Amino acid sequence: MAGIKIRAKASDGEVTLKTLMSHPMETGTRKNSKTGETIPAHFIEEVTVSRNGTTVITGYMSGGVSKNPYLSVKFKGDKGDKVTVAWTDNKGQSESGEATVG
Amino acid sequence: MSMKRRTFLKGTLAGSTVGVAVSAGLLSPQAVLAAYPKDAFKNKEVSGALNELLGSADTATSGDITVKAPDIAENGAVVPITVETSLPAESISIVAKENPSPLVASFDMTDAASGYVSTRIKMGKTSDVMAVVKSGGKLYSGSKEVKVTIGGCGG
Repeated sequence: MAGIKIRAKASDGEVTLKTLMSHPMETGTRKNSKTGETIPAHFIEEVTVSRNGTTVITGYMSGGVSKNPYLSVKFKGDKGDKVTVAWTDNKGQSESGEATVG
Repeated sequence: MSMKRRTFLKGTLAGSTVGVAVSAGLLSPQAVLAAYPKDAFKNKEVSGALNELLGSADTATSGDITVKAPDIAENGAVVPITVETSLPAESISIVAKENPSPLVASFDMTDAASGYVSTRIKMGKTSDVMAVVKSGGKLYSGSKEVKVTIGGCGG
């Protein structure tokens, strides 16, 4: 859990946000090659992208999203806006990060 | 006066778990209310997953939806997918048709959001990647085939 990287840039009233979240994204079907034991599912279930405190996009994910998920979205906004990315996983862990639109 | 204060404190304590999460910006109020569509993600069939998620699997192919993905993915564990649509999207869902659980991710879009989502997904084998866009209460889809050399699901 080494944080969330967020980059957001505005152009013509539209913000392009790119984010990288550190997460193993285990499907729950993979097996440990040495012990043969199934590796328990551990993935981000929900991601919210907010602008100035208001949710603009809510994403639901499964273990089908690659490890350390990358997500890019676009929404209305301007330079100086505060954007937040927050996730919750299937174990109830959560993390959030904030950035200012440049 | 003191009674009122006591009542107020009680109320604050009762709501504290959610309240703290909201005030810390961890969860938006909408996110607390919205339920994670677990059954849709677990469904093994494309139609079943769409029915669970969107209430219908009846999608109309639309030229207004673009799915950008590599023609050949050497590593199925990381396949970049970009979905763009000019339709006013209420939600955008990404489906890898041949995956053990075909529904990979789904995004609820507010009016402020543009019809654009880019992410990276796992693919077990060569299949179509379908984007389902809900717009005006109807479902539209676009898709693109991705050839997978090494699968990204399973051991």
